[in-house]
Amino acid sequence: MPVIDLANPTRFLTVVNRVLPWLIAATVILFAVGLFRAMNAPDDYQQGATVKIMFLHVPAAWLGMFGWGLMSVAALGTLVWRHPLADVAGKAAAPLGAAFTFICLVTGSLWGRPTWGTYWVWDARLTSMLVLLLLYFGVLALYWTAEEPGRGARAAAILSLVGAVNLPIIKFSVDWWNTLHQPASIFRMGGSTIDPAILTPLLIMALAFTLLFVTLHLAVMRNEILRRRVRSMRLIQARELHA
Amino acid sequence: MSLGPHADFIVAAYAVTLFVVALLVGWVVLDYFAQRRILGDLEERGVTRRSQRKG
Repeated sequence: MPVIDLANPTRFLTVVNRVLPWLIAATVILFAVGLFRAMNAPDDYQQGATVKIMFLHVPAAWLGMFGWGLMSVAALGTLVWRHPLADVAGKAAAPLGAAFTFICLVTGSLWGRPTWGTYWVWDARLTSMLVLLLLYFGVLALYWTAEEPGRGARAAAILSLVGAVNLPIIKFSVDWWNTLHQPASIFRMGGSTIDPAILTPLLIMALAFTLLFVTLHLAVMRNEILRRRVRSMRLIQARELHA
Repeated sequence: MSLGPHADFIVAAYAVTLFVVALLVGWVVLDYFAQRRILGDLEERGVTRRSQRKG
């Protein structure tokens, strides 16, 4: 099947119904392996066992940003090609991205208290991540409060594109400003500074969380397509009753 | 496996993550069955989408 065929919502639903069970199985297996490796990973020489919070915090941070990136690409599909599936993809990514950004902030705070001595500090990385969460709330509010879904979708798409400016700010905040948050230690010039005994479970957990995000995203997209079918059928029913 | 003197923070981080993920999964599953049920009700009442109608 050509990829372009997936742009048809009915064909998309057929493919999603077929791949979801496999994705769920792969996600569960990866989490089982990742959590086992994470729990048996050695303690950090400075942070001790609190380094185990990193196996949640870092993937959640990546996915919080990934969710917004996905919404920005979908926004182009909504505004340029006006494809309904692009809007469905953007709308489905918003609550997921918000949830992972929330997990990132809470786990970071719980990691910060024993490591830095404080739950929160207004440094550039933490603040830009909080801004990302507030932007997610803004997009969700636009989707949920718009009287006409098309208008809400366009407004959310514009905010998604404007808010994408925050992504490089989050990424490079630790380089541009003097922050309490540590600089990049995984994806950096010269390679990762993390020992393989900790890096390997981190990457497995990151893959597991990414699969979880993809699985949930497809499932939420499926729900949204069904919801739009319900809406169009109710409109038809209302028209027939008043005819 | 020992979680050391900051075990509470580690357990809280995993508990919060599990809670949020469980909320997401629960919402997705319940929403799916709700939409399927509403669609089924509408179809039983004879309401069809334009694309389902025979020309």
